Amino acid sequence: MDEILDGLTQIDCDILVIGGGTAGPMAALKAKRKNPEANVVLLDKANVKRSGAISMGMDGLNNSVIPGYATPEQYTKEITIANDGICDQAAVYRYAQECYGIIQELDSFGIRFQKDQNGEYDVKKVHHIGTYVLPMPNGDTVKKALYRQLRKARINIINRFMATRLLTGEGRVAGAICVNTRSAEFLVVRAKAVIMGLGAAGRLGLPTSGYLYGTYENASNSGEGYAMAYHAGAGLANLECYQINPLIKDYNGPACAYVAGPMGGYTANASGERFIECDYWSGQMMQEFYDELQGGKGPVYLKLNHLAEETISEIERVLHIVERPTRGHFHEGRGTDYRKQMIEMHISEIGFCSGHSASGVFVDEHARTTIPGLYAAGDMANVPHNYMLGAFTNGAFAGLDAADFVANVDFAAFDKGEVDAERARVMAPTKRDDGVPPNQIEYKTRRLVNDYLQPPKVTAKMELAQQRFEEVRDDMQHGMYVRDAHELMRALEASTILDCAEMAAAASMYRTESRWGLYHNRVEYERDDENWFCHTMLTKGEDGKPAHEKQDVKPYIVEIAEDEKDAYYKQRVGATSSVAAE
Amino acid sequence: MPLAQTATTVPVVVNDDLCIADKGCTVCVDVCPLDVLRIVEKDNGKKTAYMKYDECWYCMPCEADCPTDAVTVNLPYLLK
Repeated sequence: MDEILDGLTQIDCDILVIGGGTAGPMAALKAKRKNPEANVVLLDKANVKRSGAISMGMDGLNNSVIPGYATPEQYTKEITIANDGICDQAAVYRYAQECYGIIQELDSFGIRFQKDQNGEYDVKKVHHIGTYVLPMPNGDTVKKALYRQLRKARINIINRFMATRLLTGEGRVAGAICVNTRSAEFLVVRAKAVIMGLGAAGRLGLPTSGYLYGTYENASNSGEGYAMAYHAGAGLANLECYQINPLIKDYNGPACAYVAGPMGGYTANASGERFIECDYWSGQMMQEFYDELQGGKGPVYLKLNHLAEETISEIERVLHIVERPTRGHFHEGRGTDYRKQMIEMHISEIGFCSGHSASGVFVDEHARTTIPGLYAAGDMANVPHNYMLGAFTNGAFAGLDAADFVANVDFAAFDKGEVDAERARVMAPTKRDDGVPPNQIEYKTRRLVNDYLQPPKVTAKMELAQQRFEEVRDDMQHGMYVRDAHELMRALEASTILDCAEMAAAASMYRTESRWGLYHNRVEYERDDENWFCHTMLTKGEDGKPAHEKQDVKPYIVEIAEDEKDAYYKQRVGATSSVAAE
Repeated sequence: MPLAQTATTVPVVVNDDLCIADKGCTVCVDVCPLDVLRIVEKDNGKKTAYMKYDECWYCMPCEADCPTDAVTVNLPYLLK
């Protein structure tokens, strides 16, 4: 294994789904059920059984819209406010209307959701305004349940192939070029439609531990979706709205205030005092968190030690079996007992992830990107505050629409020269006798991201980042060296990470205002609704560098009252907010 | 230009008395999202899984899915 082989195979399918995490499997299932004749291929760089953000499951749904607890109108309003108004509501509204059906479908797969004594869904309040959080008592079984459905539906699964570039022709998508991560053999997949569900760009900033893979996101989510969309010419929206999360320091996993909050836990400063009204992750909340860390009242903690024994045992039971089960090992190693100590928290490295922000490959309410036949869903598509249920639901929209799309088209012709050029690019590090290994290219890129791009954002620092990224790119293109197929996968990821870093810098430079709290805190600029109440769209320019334009926010479906618009800015305890008092 | 050999302690540990790689089992290698585990033949001719690449997200499918409980995921030293 890992020996570099020379080979190229071509296969054809109707729908190629890239990424077998959360959105991808649901897209594949929906497409196949709608069009059973269609040949649907689900491809993953890892193994679909355990790939993606929910590799070890999830503790609950963070954004369920369940009749009796919340309405689609209320949810759409909440997410619009949480995103500082920059939100095309159609996709959020459709999600809010249809996610309940997806919950019922997941239920039928054997994934259980918490119910009260009357058999009703036991939904908890974590957000600033509405009630949307639904615990999953057997959340550790999500991937197994999904995998069973994929086998039953006879989806063709291809593991350990990494897609590196999309193919386009005739003004639409034509397929993808993929490389085997254990042999470096090429696979060209011709497809009438391609659905991308490649997750976040989680390996963008460097965690404070310095361990390259100690990221918040699954470290295999290195941003291929963003890079492939960019090189294919698709539009990417609001990339300056970074993901930054409050996490357990060093462990860098979620402290899970969403689990602990409804049970009485909360975020506190070093004195054990609550300083934010609402633990729901938003840019505005992160700004308060950052201010507390910097303002002399930090560190910041998750406080549980005031709770009753049975409550703490229940929190531990949930947190130590799902999503990041090594959390229990970590606390044990440090001698942290939830009953006695508060849990030290810190802010994460930056990343791209619509699950917790509003950035990503631009899509509409059908999960269509700006390239016909190309879809995106989950953390990489720009539907804000997606989370797991958003990935499932928007993945479903992509699958359903793609099933219709392929009924009316044949394969698009593409330029064979693109395949040759991509083979040469990918294999270049294998043709050298020595050079810089990919881990050093990656480390340097990500260290520069921390030094120069992490908010608060300063123009002169971001310009320096751009210069240094160009130097690293030169080293990468002319000097990167790998010894086996596994290292080649890391080399391709290093290239993707650098693409994402350049996009992060360019997008942040373009929006000359501050917005979304800490996510785009540009210290030289105030919020500027007159000029910047718009999406920013980034595409690959003629010169091969990021090009930008403004795009209008579509007229709202659900109106937001003037006095509600800034509700998420009234997070600090003591700040007057009529909404928070509800 | 030679590539240096830098020592590193790895988070995933396999108990090779329990590991059944010899019988053809590759479950931990198959499920790892970062593909960091491999099978090696030891001096005594018996095969075992081991962590070849120190690129671990300490996520635990290898430990959870091992049929003989041979795999333990520790926290990487840099962050534990």
